[in-house]
Amino acid sequence: MAGPHAPRTRRAVLRLAALAAAAAVIGPDLARADAKAVEAELKKLFDGKTMAEGRVKLDVPQIAENGLVVPITVEVESPMTEQDYVKAVHVFADGNPLPGVLSFKFSPAAGRASASTRMRLAQTQNIIAVAEMSNGALFTAKAEVKVTIGGCGG
Amino acid sequence: MSTRPTPRVRVPGNIKAGDIVEVKTLIAHEMESGQRRGSDGKPVPRRIINRFTATFNGKPVFEAEWHPAISANPYQSFFFKPTENGELKMVWKDDDGAEYTATNRITVS
Amino acid sequence: MISRRHFLQATAAAHALSLASGLGPLGRAAAQQRLTEADILRFEPVGQVTILHVTDIHAQLVPLHFREPSVNLGVGDAKGKPPHLTDAAFREYFRIAAGSADAFALTADDFTQLAKSYGRMGGMDRVARLVKAVRAERGTDKVLLLDGGDTWQGSWTSLQSKGQDMAGVMEALGTDAMVSHWEFTYGEERVKELAEKSKVAFLAQNIRDNEWQEPVFAPRKMFEKGGAKIAVIGQAFPRTPIANPRWMIPKWEFGLREDDISKQVEEARAEGADVVVLLSHNGYDVDAKLASRVKGIDVILTAHTHDAMPGAERIGDTLLIASGSHGKFVSRLDLDIRAKKIAGFRYKLMPVFSDAIAPDPAMKTLVETIRAPFAVELSREVGRTDSLLYRRGNFNGTFDDLIAQAMLAERDAEIALSPGFRWGGTLLPGDPITFEAISNATAITYPACYRMQMTGAQLKDILEDVADNIFHPDPYFQGGGDMVRVGGVGYAIDVSGSMGSRISGLTLLKTGQPLEASKAYTVAGWASVNEATQGPPIWEVVQAHVARQKTIRIEPNTAVKVTGA
Repeated sequence: MAGPHAPRTRRAVLRLAALAAAAAVIGPDLARADAKAVEAELKKLFDGKTMAEGRVKLDVPQIAENGLVVPITVEVESPMTEQDYVKAVHVFADGNPLPGVLSFKFSPAAGRASASTRMRLAQTQNIIAVAEMSNGALFTAKAEVKVTIGGCGG
Repeated sequence: MSTRPTPRVRVPGNIKAGDIVEVKTLIAHEMESGQRRGSDGKPVPRRIINRFTATFNGKPVFEAEWHPAISANPYQSFFFKPTENGELKMVWKDDDGAEYTATNRITVS
Repeated sequence: MISRRHFLQATAAAHALSLASGLGPLGRAAAQQRLTEADILRFEPVGQVTILHVTDIHAQLVPLHFREPSVNLGVGDAKGKPPHLTDAAFREYFRIAAGSADAFALTADDFTQLAKSYGRMGGMDRVARLVKAVRAERGTDKVLLLDGGDTWQGSWTSLQSKGQDMAGVMEALGTDAMVSHWEFTYGEERVKELAEKSKVAFLAQNIRDNEWQEPVFAPRKMFEKGGAKIAVIGQAFPRTPIANPRWMIPKWEFGLREDDISKQVEEARAEGADVVVLLSHNGYDVDAKLASRVKGIDVILTAHTHDAMPGAERIGDTLLIASGSHGKFVSRLDLDIRAKKIAGFRYKLMPVFSDAIAPDPAMKTLVETIRAPFAVELSREVGRTDSLLYRRGNFNGTFDDLIAQAMLAERDAEIALSPGFRWGGTLLPGDPITFEAISNATAITYPACYRMQMTGAQLKDILEDVADNIFHPDPYFQGGGDMVRVGGVGYAIDVSGSMGSRISGLTLLKTGQPLEASKAYTVAGWASVNEATQGPPIWEVVQAHVARQKTIRIEPNTAVKVTGA
C-alpha cells in the first residue's frame, strides 16, 4: 500500500525508504555493477569456458523481505565422492556495487554440496551462481530477486 | 569494532555414522562494505570477515570466501559427513588479520 | 428456521461445472421461493470426510454487507480465468442467474437493489449454526474445520482486544487449525501468546527465525477423521514482512518456500497421510501456480485474495477451493478417499444469508458479550451516506474515495494515498455511517495518518512499485493487496506493462496540470509500514470529515484510466 512508502524523516524523503536502507549500506553513490561487470568477472575466472544450465539449485526469495539480509542457499547435485565432487560455487549479483558475492569451496567430506548465508541487495537484480565440478565442468543457474518498497497490506 | 566477535555454532546431537549433518554458524560483525559514505561524506573504509573455513581433524570440509555483499552478523551453514570422532574447527578471518575460532567436539555413534 | 424476507430466487439450474455443484441446490430452487436454512445446508454427502473452510473473516462478528469486486483483473496465465471474472462474466461461467441469491452473494452489479431483497451476510452466530448442523448431520468425528486466516483483524473489537475476541470465537467454533497474515500485525509476542494458549493449531511451514533459520511454528498437523488420516500443511501469507510492517515481526522471515512445501508433503505421506491439504494464505493466483508445480497436494484451501467461487477448480490432481471473506460463506468439501487418493468429492460454497439462518444461541451470547463494552461507541452515528460505499476492487472503491477525501480535507493535502486493502464492509445508500462502519474499514495497529512532501517522481515510483506487486505476470512476484488508492491525482495504468512503465499521465486534479517529477507535493496517507510514523489515527480523520459533511455523496471516480486488461 501506500503510506508505506512514507519515509519517516525529511531527509529520508530524498530516497524511498525501504530501498534507501539497503542502498545506504551497500553504497548507492559509488560504482554499480551490471550484467557486463558480471560477465567480465566470469571471463576472468573461467576464461570463456562453456557453462551448462542445470545441477545448480539457487534458492533465493522471489521478493526480498529486507534488502540488507536476503537469504541464499546454493545446492549442487553431486555424489560428493573423491572421484566426483563439487569443488566450488561462485555467486554474483548484477545490481550491486561489486559483482562478487561469495565463493563456497567444498570437499568430498562435506557429503553434500549445499550451503546457506545472507546477502545485501541494493535493488532488484539477478543472482548468478556458477558451480565448478571436480572434472572441470561448469554449471550455472540464475534467479531474479525483486527488492520492493513494499506496503499495501491486502 | 569495540568487542571481539564471538562465534556461535549449532551442530545437531546424536550423530550416527553415515549421517550428513548441517552445521549452522553466526558471528557478530558489522561487515563494513567499503562502499558507503559516512556522515562526513568520505567513503568508510572496508572491514569485513573475508574468509570462513571449517576443518575436521585438520582436513578441509568447507570454505566460504565472503565479499562486501555479505550481510552484517554473517550467517553460514554447510554440510558435513563425519566418519569418525574428532574436532570440527571453524575459523573466521577478518580484513585486519584477526582470526576468530570455534571448535566443536564431534562424536559419532 | 425463520426467514423474515422473501428471497427472490431465479431458476438458474446451477448444474455445473464439471467438478462441483457450487450453489447448486439454491440455484435449483424455484423462482419466488423463500430461501431457507435447509436450502443452504442441503447437500448429498459423499465419502467419509467433510472439510469445512472459512477464511478472511476479518473479525466480522455480526452480519454485514460486503460487495464483491466489479474489477478484478487477472494478468499472465490468470487473465480472464476464474476468479478473475466479475458480474455477467462471472455469472455466465458459474451459471448463475442475474438477480438471484447467488448473484447477490457473488457479484457486484445491482448490489444496492439486491441487498434490499437478500439482506446482510455473515455473522459468527450464523456461521456457528451451519458448522454445528454439518457436524450433526455428518458426525463430529468426520468433520474438519479449517480457518484460512485474516481472522483476528478488521474490526474495532479485534483491535481493542488485540485479536482475543476472534481467537476466542474461533476456538468456541471448534476450529481445528488456522493460518495467518494480518494476525502478525499484533506483533510477534502477541501472536505467540494467542497461538500458544489456543486449542486451534497455528500452522506455518514458511516462517523461520531470521537468526538460525529454524521453524517458528508447527508446519503441519495430522488429523484423523472418518477413519482417514488428513495432513494439513499451513502456509502463512508469504509477503507479510513486505506488505505489512516488518518492524512488528523483526525476528521472523517468511517467503513462499515452495521446496519446503514439497518436503512437508513427502513427510506427511511418509507418516501415512491419506489426503494432503494445504491450508494456504498465498492468494488464489499463487496457489494456482503452486498447484501446477508441487506434486502430491490433494486440496488447496485458498485465501487472502477474498475470492469466492461456487465450484472447485482442478489444476492437475489438486482441487482449489475459494471460500470468500467476511464470514459470507462456509465451504463444505466432502471427500471420498480410497487408496490414499480422492476417488470422489462434492463441494458447496454455502452462503451465510443472515436472515435465512437462525443464530446459534451460544455463539450469539459470546458475540454479544464481546461487543457489549463497545456497544455505545460502535453504534454511534457519525453521518449518513447517499452513495454505495464499498472498497473491494483493483482500483478505487467509493469507501476509499471517502477516506481519501477525508485526508485531503482534514490534513490539508494536495494528494492522498490510501492502501488497497481488500477488507472492510459495504454501506448502502441511505445507511448511517456509524463509528463501527468507519472502524471496519480502518481498524489496524499502524493507523497514523501522515502528512509529508513527496515529489512527482517519488509518487510515480510508488504507484509503479505497487502496480508491479499486483500486476506482475508471474504470481510468485506479486504481493500485498489491490492497487494503492489515490485522491487529488489521476493517472493512466497499462496493467500489461512491465515494472516502471505501467503508469503515465499523472495529473494533479486540482489544477489539471501534469505532476512535475521534481516538484514537491503535500501528501497525506495512512498505514505506513515504517516505524514511528506520525499523525492522528485514520479513523479520527475519517470521523471528523464525515461529521463535518453530515451526508456523504461520492461521485463516480474517473481519475484512474485502465488499459491492457
